Amino acid sequence: MALSITDRCVNCYACQDVCPSDAITQGSTQFHIDALACTECTGHYADPQCASICPVEQALLDGQGHEIHPQGSLTGIPPVLISAPLSMQATSNEQSPAAP
Amino acid sequence: MEMIATSGKPQIQGCSASRCGTNDDGLSGMPESVRKQVENHPCFSEKAHHHFARMHVAVAPACNIQCNYCNRKYDCSNESRPGVVSEVLTPDQAVRKVKAVAASIPQMTVLGIAGPGDPLANPERTFTTFSRLAAETPDIKLCVSTNGLRLPEFADEIAKYNIQHVTITINCLDPEIGAKIYPWIYWNNRRIRGVKAAKILLRNQLKGLEMLVERGVLVKVNSVMIPGVNDHHLKEVSRVVKEKGAFLHNVMPLIAEAEHGTFYGLTGQASPTGRELRELQDSCSDSMSMMRHCRQCRADAVGMLGEDRGQEFTLDKLESQEIDYPAAMLTRKKVHDGIMALLAAERSKSTATGSGSIKPPALTSRTPTPTPEGPSMLMGVASKGQNLVNQHFGHATEFLIYRIGPNSIEAVGPRKVDLYCGGANDCPEDDDEHNRLQGHLAALADCKAVLCAKIGFGPWQQLEQRGVAPSSEYAYEPIESALRAFYQELLSQGAPLKTRADLPLSNQVVA
Repeated sequence: MALSITDRCVNCYACQDVCPSDAITQGSTQFHIDALACTECTGHYADPQCASICPVEQALLDGQGHEIHPQGSLTGIPPVLISAPLSMQATSNEQSPAAP
Repeated sequence: MEMIATSGKPQIQGCSASRCGTNDDGLSGMPESVRKQVENHPCFSEKAHHHFARMHVAVAPACNIQCNYCNRKYDCSNESRPGVVSEVLTPDQAVRKVKAVAASIPQMTVLGIAGPGDPLANPERTFTTFSRLAAETPDIKLCVSTNGLRLPEFADEIAKYNIQHVTITINCLDPEIGAKIYPWIYWNNRRIRGVKAAKILLRNQLKGLEMLVERGVLVKVNSVMIPGVNDHHLKEVSRVVKEKGAFLHNVMPLIAEAEHGTFYGLTGQASPTGRELRELQDSCSDSMSMMRHCRQCRADAVGMLGEDRGQEFTLDKLESQEIDYPAAMLTRKKVHDGIMALLAAERSKSTATGSGSIKPPALTSRTPTPTPEGPSMLMGVASKGQNLVNQHFGHATEFLIYRIGPNSIEAVGPRKVDLYCGGANDCPEDDDEHNRLQGHLAALADCKAVLCAKIGFGPWQQLEQRGVAPSSEYAYEPIESALRAFYQELLSQGAPLKTRADLPLSNQVVA
């Protein structure tokens, strides 16, 4: 099985640096996991490394396609507070290299 | 106006053993070797920041902790605060950019790596950049800022590349408080949360601080003041980090706006007011030197503190440039020598007057002889740089706050405000004028006066109503002599000695 990265990725390189299988590469707008190379860190570490360092919620999916870090699980921000200001961020994020 | 000078604390009135006015830039208690190391460093010396520039290169995007005041999603070109950048650079691009900036802004003396993540969470990119710069641009000082988690691991590497200045952000010593600031860390290949995470982080920060001090590296400690979370604790932080050898402590106000998308911004955590920040800095300052001129720069800032010229040096503009660095170094040396001569002259002048204040002869005619006793008061200054009163009140995006006593002038720090007037097509009127001025009035609430190059009638009136005396009489004069002269002028009018019936007693300056 392999993990995968969504368009929430902010291109911070953190996952690529810690991946023991060199399965992660930078694409034009975000990082990607090579499904054939990804081992979910079995045999290397107790937890998948990308999922242990990724700072962004909803950016990683497990082998079944489920979000590993749902909203609020990393920042502690209650999802109800995120929903409103996210729309405000949409305009501010235009220049972000991570913006989808 | 608040009562500032009633207790007669030595640090406020005149000299104390460790500090005397701004002309010592808070470094008077330091050995000569330390002074030499920081005298041209805009972030480590208050004096230097009026003349020397700095730049950050954003080669370190990854981070290994989460802070509640940070949003890793937020990259933007027009926000000015830590952790924000418009483009991440490779080490090679960073070196090109440093050379281009060094050649066109010769007063740039300092290169820092400060993110947008944590430099030590990107060791490869960070140290490749440092090792190339150490070899190719030897006249530039290298600095790094870190959260400290991996500092013990890299203390030797930092010393190896002659990185003489390190800033560690230490927000608390108590893991229970830490757990309210840091939701998680990445450590030993695991994500660790809560008090356990904070314990590891804080242990490594202090251990790293000690290791750097042992290796002769100058360490500044940054703390973010978060009201209700760590504000009462920071005095203790100041004492402990000083004891462990940090030479400067920089307490910065929390920046928390909902639109930044941070935990603190979205949950309504309050930021400290300018006055709260100053009071905390004052309460720490007897335990160590406090940095008060921090502008909380972006991780890709370029130029003088408070200025950002990053847009002049974007990657597309750098591509075609080839810099002859040895030639640039010659020009740079001339510029640096010129500034150092100017600073030396300022210093000897202030030593000659023996008071820490500069008083050019031209001003003596309207400056009454300073009295040995008198009140101390805060004043704000609108300045675009060069240590001059040279900005229109309406164009200011920050006011420099100074504390003036009978024998001393002390920089208390900048306070940011939103632009009041954006030019002829943006001239605020009536209600709008009133609304836009609120931030300015709040920033100057504990000040007795404000000096600027020019000021409109509306703001003038409102300031006066609040007991803040505006003046544009000292336009384009050096800040310190202007402050000294206006202080004397106010004293001779008896202004601060009187109480004002229209203000609460707690807002009065009393001699």
